[in-house]
Amino acid sequence: MTSQPTNPGGTTNKAGRTAGDVPDHLQVTGVRKNFGSTEVLKGVDLAVAQGRTTAIVGPSGSGKTTLLRLIAGFSAPDSGRIALAGEEVAGQSTWVPAHKRSVGYVAQDGALFPHLSVGANIAFGLPLRGKAASLRVGELLEMVSMDASYAKRRPHQLSGGQQQRVALARALARQPELMLLDEPFSALDAGLRVATRRAVAQTLEQAGVTTILVTHDQAEALSFADQVAVMRDGKLAQIGSPFVVYTRPSDRATAEFLGDAVILEAWMEGSLALCSLGGIPVRRPPAQGKVNLMLRPEQIRIASGGPIRGRVVDTDYFGPETTVRIQLEPIAADAAHPVDPHQPVGGEIISIRHWNAMLARPGTELFLKVVGEGVVFPLEG
Amino acid sequence: MTSEHSTTADGAPGATISPSAAGGRGSRLGPRPVVVLCLLIAAFSLLPLGFVVVATANAGWDTVVKLVFRPRVGELLFNTLSLVLVTVPLCVVLGIGGAWLVERTRLAGHKAWAVLLAAPLAIPAFVNSYAWVSAIPSLGGIFGGVLISVLSYFPLVYIPVAAVLSRLDPALEQSAASLGLGPWRVFYRVVLPQLRLAAAGGALLVALHLLAEYGAFAMIAFDTFTTAIYDQYRSTFNGAAANMLASVLVLFCLLLLVAESKSRGSARYARVGAGVQSNPTRLALGMWQLPGQLALVALTVLAFGVPLWHVGRWLLAGGSEIWVRDDLLTALLQTLGYGLAGAALTTVLAFPLAYLVVRHPGPFSKVLEAVNYISSSMPGIVVALALVTITVHNVPAIYQTSVVLVAAYALLFMPRALVNLRAGLAQVPRELDEAAQALGKPPLIAFLRVTLRLSAPAAAGGAALVFLGIVNELTATLLLAPNGTRTLATAFWSLSSEIDYMGAAPYALLMIVLSAPMTYLLFVQSKKAAGQ
Repeated sequence: MTSQPTNPGGTTNKAGRTAGDVPDHLQVTGVRKNFGSTEVLKGVDLAVAQGRTTAIVGPSGSGKTTLLRLIAGFSAPDSGRIALAGEEVAGQSTWVPAHKRSVGYVAQDGALFPHLSVGANIAFGLPLRGKAASLRVGELLEMVSMDASYAKRRPHQLSGGQQQRVALARALARQPELMLLDEPFSALDAGLRVATRRAVAQTLEQAGVTTILVTHDQAEALSFADQVAVMRDGKLAQIGSPFVVYTRPSDRATAEFLGDAVILEAWMEGSLALCSLGGIPVRRPPAQGKVNLMLRPEQIRIASGGPIRGRVVDTDYFGPETTVRIQLEPIAADAAHPVDPHQPVGGEIISIRHWNAMLARPGTELFLKVVGEGVVFPLEG
Repeated sequence: MTSEHSTTADGAPGATISPSAAGGRGSRLGPRPVVVLCLLIAAFSLLPLGFVVVATANAGWDTVVKLVFRPRVGELLFNTLSLVLVTVPLCVVLGIGGAWLVERTRLAGHKAWAVLLAAPLAIPAFVNSYAWVSAIPSLGGIFGGVLISVLSYFPLVYIPVAAVLSRLDPALEQSAASLGLGPWRVFYRVVLPQLRLAAAGGALLVALHLLAEYGAFAMIAFDTFTTAIYDQYRSTFNGAAANMLASVLVLFCLLLLVAESKSRGSARYARVGAGVQSNPTRLALGMWQLPGQLALVALTVLAFGVPLWHVGRWLLAGGSEIWVRDDLLTALLQTLGYGLAGAALTTVLAFPLAYLVVRHPGPFSKVLEAVNYISSSMPGIVVALALVTITVHNVPAIYQTSVVLVAAYALLFMPRALVNLRAGLAQVPRELDEAAQALGKPPLIAFLRVTLRLSAPAAAGGAALVFLGIVNELTATLLLAPNGTRTLATAFWSLSSEIDYMGAAPYALLMIVLSAPMTYLLFVQSKKAAGQ
């Protein structure tokens, strides 16, 4: 090993760890990868704790699948290092090919071998033969909640969700330390997707396998993982728990990628941001003065006694919910906040959701209140 | 691929090896051994073209002028050009017309007709010629040449066009109809343009066959460049005159390639959008049913019936006497031997090319495809001349051995194997290989157990088509076969040259019988390929 780990969860002190301290199972440090003249990964650092689940989420073309393939060992980084359970598997002078890494991999469409039965697919990586193999195949099928009789079927006789579960069973067969899932649910239709995702998550948790899921679906990432890594333009923009990355995104693009966001012009003074929705508390604001304030739509409630007024512009009916677009009033100029040409004027149109479609007819005047804190981003440029 | 990965496969588990040898760090062009192999194969397949260029350069400008600009060449030029210019359009009309009747109308028995129209391909052109000479002994000249060529080669247009027609999205025609076009205008403005690629490809094949064919035209004493090169070679052995005629012939082949790629243009005809397409609608023929049936009957009788009838007639006339010859068994065994050896070698050589083109697309694989495209147009006579000259001068040890003949077969029929392998490999996604590697299989084992296994049917299909080509190959075999070799084609040729038509008949029958299943395979595969 040539490079020194920078993170205490690295290779050197695995034995000297205190109880309860979860070691980093996977460490990615400064990884870069180019395809021709295109920089796909521009220096990625990622640590994944033993037995935990990480989702790498990002728009298509952000480099997330490339990162997963580097971790799997299907291709090698141009620079940087990757360590699995303290062993360097890719670095300056080391390279361990895919088949020698203890890594399971489930591809987007399952990649079941079409010429083999389900049982033979699952047994593909097993050193067992005959009776022992078929017993183990039965166990693995049971692990993914499928009947042992499926072993005799052919992949094309299975539904999409079943194929993915077989692919998972096949990947689990060799008891890998790390499981990589490359958008395994995206080819499934909506109802099946949620059910399959839940089943897979449960299986992996029971097996105690460290898992990395790559997805472009932010809801999937937030619901599946203990840790979400947001990837954008070849870099990890933010890593944190689902709650943190959703409620406290590090920048505007991350905020908008992870869900609907209401962005307002605001004036930051101390820990209070003044905007069309009044004064909103902000924890540890990164800037003062003119900023952008981000709120999640569900933080803005329609309440009869609310302090803020707005007029309904139009609505979109979705069944259980209605999207309501509301014209806010400009920021009130009062004695405490004298008129300043640099100050924001406010009066934006915001979109929120409400369950009552009848409440919000265009033109209706509504009273609003804001729940919780806002997040502030410095103005760009 | 193999040697590179064996280093990692043999290493101790968990061992780290140098990055340069690692599979994940192979060159961007593809795994290095495969790239080297492909370069060698490409160089090998450029031998005939290289030979022609070098021979022309060595001859010197004065000799070239003297040998090329003379009345004899003008005569050959006239014959060859008029043959191409008359035959190709006729084949295109017959091919498209037949395909349209079979695939898009309510023609009675269209399923049987679909196969029958492809059937003439099972009859080698020189057997067709032999049958027609039996029927009309005075047959000859441009008329005879065109007649036999059209009847032998129109399926080369029919098969790809029918395949495209059967898979054409009827929603396009329905949209055109809803925009106010009648059935004829829909055909002309929507369907016909979509057939351009297939028809141009078929027309190119017909033209290349016309330039390369020797036996069919020699039988009716119609002189083309190929027959002239053969005669020149036989009379002066390896003279500059034959070489110069060969360079003119090669020039024509290259011009044809350019013309075809121009006619293809940059248009791509793919179905836009997802979803399952419905089956094509068929046009009611009404009062045209009978004329349609009669036209197809006439075509089939001329292209398929006449040859079979005359082969049958000679067989009957010959009785049992023509069957007892030992020669027949020898020729059959030799043909099978060469066919199997050639098919095996060709498939093995085509595999790395197909692998690189499918798995590592890029500038390098484009160059490989271009090389293959060019070398696929080289006529058998040129390939044979090139190999004779090169072996005589540089490797006399293998001159006139079966090694050279099998190499010539590989050069001639590599494109057939390549087309099939490419389609087969494209159906084996890289993810399957990677899945096997993630399951602990070293790359070589993963490749053998997944990619090679899954592409085996396509390889077998390609090998069968190469086999078909070898069974019916005459020109190169006549020039290159070791002394004493008798394949079905050469035995048939020497007997019919001695006007022993009865004696030749069993050989003709055997060639047709061997070809029939392969022709059917070609027909079935074309339908599948168009669906991809």
